Amino acid sequence: MSMKASTRQVDGVTIVDLSGRITLGEGSVVLRDTIKDLLGKGNKKILLNLGDVSYIDSSGIGELVSAFTSVQRQGGELKLLNLTKKVHDLLQITKLYTVFDVKDDEATAVGAFSH
Amino acid sequence: MTVQPPVSHSMESTLESVNRAEEMADKAAAQVGFDEDARGGISMAVREAMINAVMHGNGYSTDKHVSLTFDQAGGNLVITIKDEGPGLDPDAIPDPLAPENLMKQSGRGIFLIRAFMDEVKFRKLDPGTEITLIKRIPKQ
Repeated sequence: MSMKASTRQVDGVTIVDLSGRITLGEGSVVLRDTIKDLLGKGNKKILLNLGDVSYIDSSGIGELVSAFTSVQRQGGELKLLNLTKKVHDLLQITKLYTVFDVKDDEATAVGAFSH
Repeated sequence: MTVQPPVSHSMESTLESVNRAEEMADKAAAQVGFDEDARGGISMAVREAMINAVMHGNGYSTDKHVSLTFDQAGGNLVITIKDEGPGLDPDAIPDPLAPENLMKQSGRGIFLIRAFMDEVKFRKLDPGTEITLIKRIPKQ
């Protein structure tokens, strides 16, 4: 299943709805290009909705890390929403779960950004 | 339930091979009776090992192949992956959990392989690297 990304705005926050697999190749590239595009347009409050992300490999984890540091470097915030058990467990094992601000409710996640 | 006698595949150094290997690993793990969680870990470990072989080992070269073997021995599922690259020193790979490495974009593949398998062995070939992934088959 190839990766798909769509974006929407809620209260000044850009929500990126991702679906599919974030893996080496197409999936990682879609995420990378989406973040680059959003930052280029001045969107600095980014919420990645991973509710429909069925699978992520080490390259996908690397892209999440890269997205986080890219947004942070530009003075923005990136948060994660709706991790599946698989993705949650991977971020725990790699000690990245506490690096990201992870939420399981969209309204709460949007409210957590600096306003 | 058993897997057939050792089954070996010679695969091209492509992303497609990585995806195929992941699917084969899931099937092999299912055949010998692993549950969904364990199968997920095994197929991920194989995926990561294949990425190392295809990308870091063989450099996506059309002249180099990856050998993937599935076997069942001594109550274990044994998966072996060989590349034809310059060779890998697993001890030289930085710890991805160290604070200075935590936010790096890469370097987590072997760590994840070790997290999901019971035993991981490396052997230097001439040329290349062989990695053996071992998972104990649960008693039925």
